[in-house]
Amino acid sequence: MAEINFWDAETDDLILTADIRRNDSVMEVAVRAGVEGIIAECGGSMSCGTCHVYAAPEESALFEEKDSSEDEMLAEIENCAANSRLSCQMILVQAEGTANVRVPAAP
Amino acid sequence: MTGAEGAAGAVTRAGAEGALSTGTLIVGAGQAGSQLALSLRQGGYESPVLLVGDEPHLPYQRPPLSKAYLAGDVEPDRLLLRGESAYQRIDVQVLTGDPVVTVDPDAGVARTAAGRTIVFDHLALTLGGRPRELSVPGMVTDTGFRVQGIHYLRSLDDARGLRERLADARRVVVIGGGFIGLEFAAGARKAGAEVTVVEAAGRLMGRAVPEEVSEFYLGAHERRGTRVLLGTGLSGIRSSDGKVTGVELADGGMLDADLVLVGVGLVPETDLAMEAGLACEGGIIVDERSATSHPRVVAAGDCTVVHRTDGPPVRHESVNNAVEQAKAAAATILGEPAPERVEPWFWSDQYDLKLQMVGRPGPGDELQIEGDLAEESFVLVHRVGDRVTAVLTVNSPRRFMAARRDLQSFAATLA
Repeated sequence: MAEINFWDAETDDLILTADIRRNDSVMEVAVRAGVEGIIAECGGSMSCGTCHVYAAPEESALFEEKDSSEDEMLAEIENCAANSRLSCQMILVQAEGTANVRVPAAP
Repeated sequence: MTGAEGAAGAVTRAGAEGALSTGTLIVGAGQAGSQLALSLRQGGYESPVLLVGDEPHLPYQRPPLSKAYLAGDVEPDRLLLRGESAYQRIDVQVLTGDPVVTVDPDAGVARTAAGRTIVFDHLALTLGGRPRELSVPGMVTDTGFRVQGIHYLRSLDDARGLRERLADARRVVVIGGGFIGLEFAAGARKAGAEVTVVEAAGRLMGRAVPEEVSEFYLGAHERRGTRVLLGTGLSGIRSSDGKVTGVELADGGMLDADLVLVGVGLVPETDLAMEAGLACEGGIIVDERSATSHPRVVAAGDCTVVHRTDGPPVRHESVNNAVEQAKAAAATILGEPAPERVEPWFWSDQYDLKLQMVGRPGPGDELQIEGDLAEESFVLVHRVGDRVTAVLTVNSPRRFMAARRDLQSFAATLA
């Protein structure tokens, strides 16, 4: 079992820590645990862009890689940065470890 | 699906006894109900909040039921909108599997099927809807049972049943060429079944998209091997030994079928509201602040119809609408001004085609298509004069995101 820390991107406060299993998406874990900044209106079908998080490059080895349609969605998102991800597409590929994502303030 | 079995705290299951007292009672545990609970807490509401649903599950997402769930890509606990711990975090009580059967808004009292009494200050109705029933001869056997193999798709249990049936279905007939019907048809084709879609109107998704898009989707489904019969009514269902064998068409034709999916629309759930004396007409009537005809009662989601100050009544059956109406309902309970209006949007996944639409299209809009329909990737822009009113995209997510942002900022300048 791996774990994931959700940090508030504005204040750098830890929002919460949750367990994450292989094949879970960061978005699923966030909504299950109740991370308010991750809205996930479309439920993870990559239709809405409301599950935007920041993940440092060293985190990416834990997750499936970004594909081109994720980049397309991200390109138009407010406060998009080089380390932006849609958390619904961040599927955990490792069974162990600790991941960290930063959650932007709700638009 | 109901979370950790036997867990204490936020979730109460049917069977417990005794009267409950709450600040806001939310009746209906779907997208709107779950959002309303969250929005109340986010807005600083401090009284108790109780969310009551008739299904045995915590509020879950319905859209995947006709998409990824059918394909076996999603397990039920992954459909939850929020987990048990999320409700605990915001101190919201959830009562599952015990429908509210009567409400008296004047007295502030509700009763559930299990005989609980719930006393409340505010009432929020987020009751959703039920699939419109097909009424043709042959739906029921001589002994009074529904013919096996005829399915509707609204709840997780519906989807479970369908997923099982789909595994060995050979010939599938889909009644209704709207989103549910077409999404299911795509899933059934992918599962290897022969699929025919029967639509009474002259085009697909006629209530939601312009003709050009209906045409495109007709071609897209036909190219993937689905037969589509437009302008075709039904005259009956055929069965043998209580199991469906075919569908009789109004023009005398006959389609063999071992699985029939009926997707002919949604009926807003208004019974409880009508019995409570609330104004209803094709839905519980609400204004733009989700207020009903009773000062103590708000309503949100698929069960509502919005009577606006600036136009005819509207109904949007979408996740986005449920969420936005729920936010407005929470603000109304809190005595706050309604939140900024969000441009309505929806999506539909059929095969590898992602349809996304944002805005408020009108019948007199000028339409312009950009991109290549043959490539199955294009953008359709609605304009009135030089103002963009709505944008529909197929496999063009970036254009959709940009359009949503632009429409939203334009709307903000008018506010």
